[in-house]
Amino acid sequence: MADKKWMPRWFYQLASPRWCYDITGKLLPIFAVAAVLLLVTGTVWALMFAPADYQQGNSFRIIYIHVPSAILAQSCYMMMAVAGAIGLIWKMKVADMVAKSCAPIGATIAILALATGAIWGKPTWGSWWVWDARLTSMLILLFLYFGVMALNSAIESEQTAAQATAVLALVGLVNIPIIKYSVDWWNTLHQPATFTLTEKPAMPPEMWIPLLVMVIGFYCFFAVAMMLRLRNEIVRRERRSSWVRELISG
Amino acid sequence: MNPKRKQRLMIVLFIVFGAAIAVGLVMYALNQNINLFYSPTDIAEGKAPEETRIRAGGMVVEGSVKRDPESLKVQFGMTDYAHSVTVTYEGILPDLFREGQGIVAQGEMNADGVFEAVEVLAKHDENYMPPEVAEALEKAGQMPDQVRAREAQQQ
Repeated sequence: MADKKWMPRWFYQLASPRWCYDITGKLLPIFAVAAVLLLVTGTVWALMFAPADYQQGNSFRIIYIHVPSAILAQSCYMMMAVAGAIGLIWKMKVADMVAKSCAPIGATIAILALATGAIWGKPTWGSWWVWDARLTSMLILLFLYFGVMALNSAIESEQTAAQATAVLALVGLVNIPIIKYSVDWWNTLHQPATFTLTEKPAMPPEMWIPLLVMVIGFYCFFAVAMMLRLRNEIVRRERRSSWVRELISG
Repeated sequence: MNPKRKQRLMIVLFIVFGAAIAVGLVMYALNQNINLFYSPTDIAEGKAPEETRIRAGGMVVEGSVKRDPESLKVQFGMTDYAHSVTVTYEGILPDLFREGQGIVAQGEMNADGVFEAVEVLAKHDENYMPPEVAEALEKAGQMPDQVRAREAQQQ
């Protein structure tokens, strides 16, 4: 390949399904242990030791599920779109498989974010659902995931399906900044961001540290779920290759 | 990068930026309609449509909540620290409804310039804090809503 030096070596190694299958096999237990530890620690900390909010009391604690799932649903979409773009540009099969594996996980997490938001909204705002910019754009994100999944399974050829879904995912990418800035650009019922990369959170450390633990735990859980799906996908698509036959018979 | 990939990269960038520009223009055109509510200033300046159901949002004015002892009727002032509007409502208010707290009310302006709400939703901000911290801040006059009110008065 003429452009071998253009990207680091691991990038090209990732293109090999077999290498990818091996490396995920090694990473999987690490992320699984980290996810369990972080999620258990975070949950116990959040439910038992973190203080209640002065206005909302204990119903505020749903933030420890709601915020991580909302963040993850968006990150997962970005990963799906980037993987789709890599698949389009470099014709990398593994990237297509990553994009395909992301969609159902992201959809589930987006449903979790919307459901916990509704459960939180009823006692605090007084309504399960409001058509404000933040909630609506988040619902669009869920529909984008559904669209990607439907489109992918509607097309027979794996390669064409991957190309079509990548284009859809890239078009939908515009929704991500809309979700993020909806609370700043427009009047919404939803409050502004809890976590930002640039500023210290408005709440005290005994509240945001368990939240951070949960966020990292959610990311580890996502890594585990993604790698499991990816490995299935690799084996399914490479079933005719000699190394997979060996793996199965071995 | 070889020319083929460069070309495909260009197509990808074209898709992303094309979609972003298209959606950006649509949202710019619809800007006012995406807002969930009108502020008291919008209503005072006549930007909000009259005699139709709208949402209005603002802070509940301190010391303005009057409850009818015989019924669920309640009346209060709503402000964005520049203009105020009087709101009437009959029904159960959400738990977070209190003076100095943000709300979004759905209803109609009547002929007397009073906002007749049919639904009141409470807004809260991202300043979560434990009760003890809130108490200490309250005493020092440093609660976020107190600070906001002070800053608004200074302007």
